[in-house]
Amino acid sequence: MDDKKVMISVKNLVKKYDDFIAVQGISFDVYENEIFGLLGPNGAGKTTTLEIIETLREKTSGEIFVDGLSVEKEANKIKQIIGVQLQAAGYYPNLNLVELMELFSGLYGVDIKPMEMLEKVNLQDKAKAKYKALSGGQKQRFSIATTLINSPKIIFLDEPTTGLDPQARRNLWDLITEIRNQGTTVVLTTHYMDEAEQLCDRVAFVERGEIIALDTPDNLIDQLVSSGFERKKEVKKANLEDVFINLTGKEWREDN
Amino acid sequence: MNNKPYSNTKATLALAKASFRSIMRSPSAVVFTLAFPLIFILVFGFLGGGGVKVDLAIAPGSDLQNPIIKALEQNSVVRLIKDKDTAELKPLLEKGNIDAVINVQKNAAGTPAYLANIQYTSASIDKGNILRSVLNNMLYIINTKDVKPSIAQLNESTVHGRIYRTIDFILPGQLGFSLLSTGVFGTAFVFFSLRQNLVIKRFFATPVSRSSIIFGEGIARIGFALLGAVFIITIGHFFFHFTLIHGVVTVLNMLVLALMGLIVFMGFGFIVSGMAKSESTIPPISNIITLPQFLLSGTFFSIDAFPTWLQPISRALPLTYLNDAMRKVAFEGAGLWDVKHQILIMVIWGIGIYAVAVRVFKWE
Repeated sequence: MDDKKVMISVKNLVKKYDDFIAVQGISFDVYENEIFGLLGPNGAGKTTTLEIIETLREKTSGEIFVDGLSVEKEANKIKQIIGVQLQAAGYYPNLNLVELMELFSGLYGVDIKPMEMLEKVNLQDKAKAKYKALSGGQKQRFSIATTLINSPKIIFLDEPTTGLDPQARRNLWDLITEIRNQGTTVVLTTHYMDEAEQLCDRVAFVERGEIIALDTPDNLIDQLVSSGFERKKEVKKANLEDVFINLTGKEWREDN
Repeated sequence: MNNKPYSNTKATLALAKASFRSIMRSPSAVVFTLAFPLIFILVFGFLGGGGVKVDLAIAPGSDLQNPIIKALEQNSVVRLIKDKDTAELKPLLEKGNIDAVINVQKNAAGTPAYLANIQYTSASIDKGNILRSVLNNMLYIINTKDVKPSIAQLNESTVHGRIYRTIDFILPGQLGFSLLSTGVFGTAFVFFSLRQNLVIKRFFATPVSRSSIIFGEGIARIGFALLGAVFIITIGHFFFHFTLIHGVVTVLNMLVLALMGLIVFMGFGFIVSGMAKSESTIPPISNIITLPQFLLSGTFFSIDAFPTWLQPISRALPLTYLNDAMRKVAFEGAGLWDVKHQILIMVIWGIGIYAVAVRVFKWE
């Protein structure tokens, strides 16, 4: 692992609000071109941590560097090399997808062809649609398209698959993997462990503002198994989701 | 890709373009900025211009072929109503729908040749008084036709000035109100909903600066409101003869005033967007700001017509000065320097408003 370039370095990150501590002394590194997952229950501090790295929130203490840039001193330079998908972000009202893409290309100060960006996430047919009129999966794909506008080195995805049906979820996994294969580092949060297992190269478990485990999904599972853990039920070769996908098809659907 | 330096201007313009598109597609913006003022202008445009009219009915049985009736027929103030019988006339007179009834009879005694009986109504005292002086004047002329005045002769003439139409008063007021509602409601709603729907948060994840967001939005809103102003002035001028003394120069002066007014009103909008706790609290707070100005700033009536205790309140409101300056510029042909007093007061309002706005405005 030592030969890998560190893209994000977080050291002793602390975030205190008036009455509680959201993040208490988190440290981790994200390497270049990996998919890094932050896992944990709601309120564990995942989103807060992400937003501090994204320069959207002030930290209380600690050191964070993104591609060697300090979050407090060079926030604007960081914003130019990252793409951010927020958990519940809205988009400018009354505009269609192409117009929104034009707006973001102006905000990032880059020249892009809106249609090409939409093609990347398979939304070219929805070019004239309003964001509000999209389905859940389409909304997430559009959000991801907006994170790619500035050809970022790192993209941050906060619960990108929450609320999606199995097809839409798998389509999104393919999309995220494709983005990584083109050389982008991906940091994401999720509640789905199958997703983390499939998608992430390394995961960190966050609980009450602290990291309680950090490794590859394989190693973490092996550690648990070697400690004597056994599933109560014998594992079959397929699960119910496989049945679902098998029955309803895996293709892209108009409504996902 | 990132070798080019980041351009704030580009970001601002991208935002302005997006915002302008969004405004043009928002029904409420179009209704408040264009439809409302135009409806008022249409109503007053068709109503106005006639001046005072007195409805004078001729009593049944009255003599019609005499110099008095002839003179009345030629009088521009009096509208003669014939063919009503006594039963019809009585309720009309009581309600004030008819201001008076005249009955002219040949005098059996010889001189004077005719006797004119006028019946006024207490339901229309104002117009009755006008009619009284019209009749006095008319009878004096008829009676002294062939007589040389022994003391003084009255020579009357009227200076032919510009015709001051209702539209000349109404249009600047409606324009001012259009700017007020666009400035306050539009700005308040946009910044509140951008904040609430995390649109601004997503913007903050891009390199765009806060001032670019404010300026981009501002440019779009100002552009839209000024286009609306040009539209209103054009309709007023070509369809209702709204007076523009120096033509295009007057329009440009009006637009400069509109811009100043709009900037002040947008300040109110920023404050409302910061104070509002939910979307539904925006209209009441905005109305507290706009309604008093709508009623008290001389939008419909000259503030000189208000009771004296109310006038100081009127004279404290920024829309009063915008309306005042607009009317002076449009009808009297004043330049911007001539309305510097009004401009100064708007600037003072602007400074005060933005001092508050900076404190209460919220980004998230």
